[in-house]
Amino acid sequence: MLERRHPAPAKDREVIIRVRDVEVGFGEKTILKGLDLDVYRGEILGFVGASGQGKSVLTRAILGLVPKRAGTIEVLGQNLDDLSPSERRMMERHWGVLFQQGALFSALTVKQNVQVPMREHLNLSERLLDELAMLKIEMVGLKPDAADKLPSELSGGMIKRAALARALALDPDIVFLDEPTSGLDPIGAGDFDELIATLQRTLGLTVFMVTHDLDSLYTVCDRIAALGEGKILAEGPIEAMLASDHPWLRSYFHGKRARAAMAGGA
Amino acid sequence: MAQGTLAQEPQLRIERAGNKVTAVLAGPWTAEHARTVEALTSEIAEQADRGHLIIDLSGVQRLDTLGAWVLDRTRHELGEKGLASDFVNATQEQHILLNEVAYRGFQEKPKAKPSRFVDFLVDVGETVAGAGSDLVRGVAFLGELVAAFIRVVTHPRRFRGTAVINQLEQIAYRGVPIIVLISFLVGAIVAQQGIFQLVKFGATPFVVDLIGILVMRELGVLLTSIMVAGRSGSAFTAEIGSMKMREEIDALRVMGLDPIEVLILPRILALIIGLPLLTFIASIAALMGGGVTAWIYGDISPDVFLTRLRASIGFNTFMVGLIKAPFMAMVIGIIATLEGLAVQGSAESLGRHVTSSVVKAIFMVIVLDGLFAMFFAAIRY
Repeated sequence: MLERRHPAPAKDREVIIRVRDVEVGFGEKTILKGLDLDVYRGEILGFVGASGQGKSVLTRAILGLVPKRAGTIEVLGQNLDDLSPSERRMMERHWGVLFQQGALFSALTVKQNVQVPMREHLNLSERLLDELAMLKIEMVGLKPDAADKLPSELSGGMIKRAALARALALDPDIVFLDEPTSGLDPIGAGDFDELIATLQRTLGLTVFMVTHDLDSLYTVCDRIAALGEGKILAEGPIEAMLASDHPWLRSYFHGKRARAAMAGGA
Repeated sequence: MAQGTLAQEPQLRIERAGNKVTAVLAGPWTAEHARTVEALTSEIAEQADRGHLIIDLSGVQRLDTLGAWVLDRTRHELGEKGLASDFVNATQEQHILLNEVAYRGFQEKPKAKPSRFVDFLVDVGETVAGAGSDLVRGVAFLGELVAAFIRVVTHPRRFRGTAVINQLEQIAYRGVPIIVLISFLVGAIVAQQGIFQLVKFGATPFVVDLIGILVMRELGVLLTSIMVAGRSGSAFTAEIGSMKMREEIDALRVMGLDPIEVLILPRILALIIGLPLLTFIASIAALMGGGVTAWIYGDISPDVFLTRLRASIGFNTFMVGLIKAPFMAMVIGIIATLEGLAVQGSAESLGRHVTSSVVKAIFMVIVLDGLFAMFFAAIRY
């Protein structure tokens, strides 16, 4: 089990993602309304919420994949709405995304997948390109012989790791993980959590993790934000979640599965 | 942080003191400045010609995996030449990073480079072997299909009538407009060119024979088959291929359903029923196109056209075209299904197989038409 670190008080820390009063909807339906959220530099934020409440929608709104109707999103101190296309490209170098299904390009090998963002954004020699891709592949715990495999030849856990290697290709400041441990067995999920924590320390990452995995919340997340009714219901360390008396949070963190995770994690 | 670093470049200053060489680094040593970082490290390697090298990181504002990797690689390469070197003044984070990326050679797989000639021979061999195995697979699949058909005939409850009707709608009914349009146009064009040539011999009325026989025997069925191969053959390959990619075919199998009975037989039956129907419609449309052109360009009124048409074509002319249609349908269906089942995991593979399905089907349709032409000529039908 990993030791959970206790972050410094919130007010002293640099805010890396600042979401203010964001509203997102599709057609008549409003998914997020008046949502505020801060993510601090160097933390692992776990983002929870019932299915269909818009966890992925908020992630996609921050990434600019879904248009928002109102509000502001600032990343690294810059309002994403004010960026010119070239500034926007610069910004995209500073984040990496691990999609839920991996979203590896199926026609490319793992190594080529990792090299795609490097080739696009950096001016590297072929030798460095190869070496760095292999380095990232090893860092996420894949064997070197996985580098020349196609995504269709990989298992679920390997796909997640390969996708993480691609997300880390540009040494981003922020990594977005969409349900990184879903579809993995508990041991694989535990290993993956540990990997995220290790990489977070060595590379100084800020991790924004959408998850349903109570074990992940207990073991690696510094802070948790819970989404419901279109806004953040509660945020803070796990203790704050446990103390909350919102009905959904109570059933989420005090249910049968939660007690098992607490027994294992604490 | 994000923006400030871009204005600056990584810098290097070499200091020599007695037996020691110190490389003082400054600025951002990050991936954005990869070329400079590489150039500067090779300069360190050149300068470190004697004794002990010290790499001083005190001025480094930012170090990422690339910077750390290149620095550690340089240190390692110097070490192999017998020159010791050390990092000093690294922050704690930089230390962690340097340890994490610690240089290791990634063994390159030896890449065999055979000559172009050998490559060419290999390609030819692969193509021939591929064509041979295509034929074997096609025949084997035809056998499976017939076996499935017999199972369905002997157990009529397993027959999927709804699926066949649905496929008939997709293949035949929805294909009517485009097939009518192109047949009408081709009929009109052939008639017009025929009139231009025949008028030189004063034999304009023979354009009716030309159109009637050409359309009934060849054009109707050929145009229809090519259109169906493009429209429905590609759709089959894509449908079956993407089901294969998502393991839906395996899902059918483990539920005790035979994919051939459920997916493939209804499609091929619908093709075999639909293609003759479309051929008939296409032939009529082409005759109408020819008739209209004959009226405009050749002054042949519709009733004269019909009378001549009745005299020039017999029932056998009509049947020659129609007999071919089910065979064309079979060829298109088998090729489309086999290509669909050959799809591997990637989207690229799906695209490749859809293309090759259409190309192979059109090719085979034309070859088959040629064989039929020889056959009918031999039996004088």
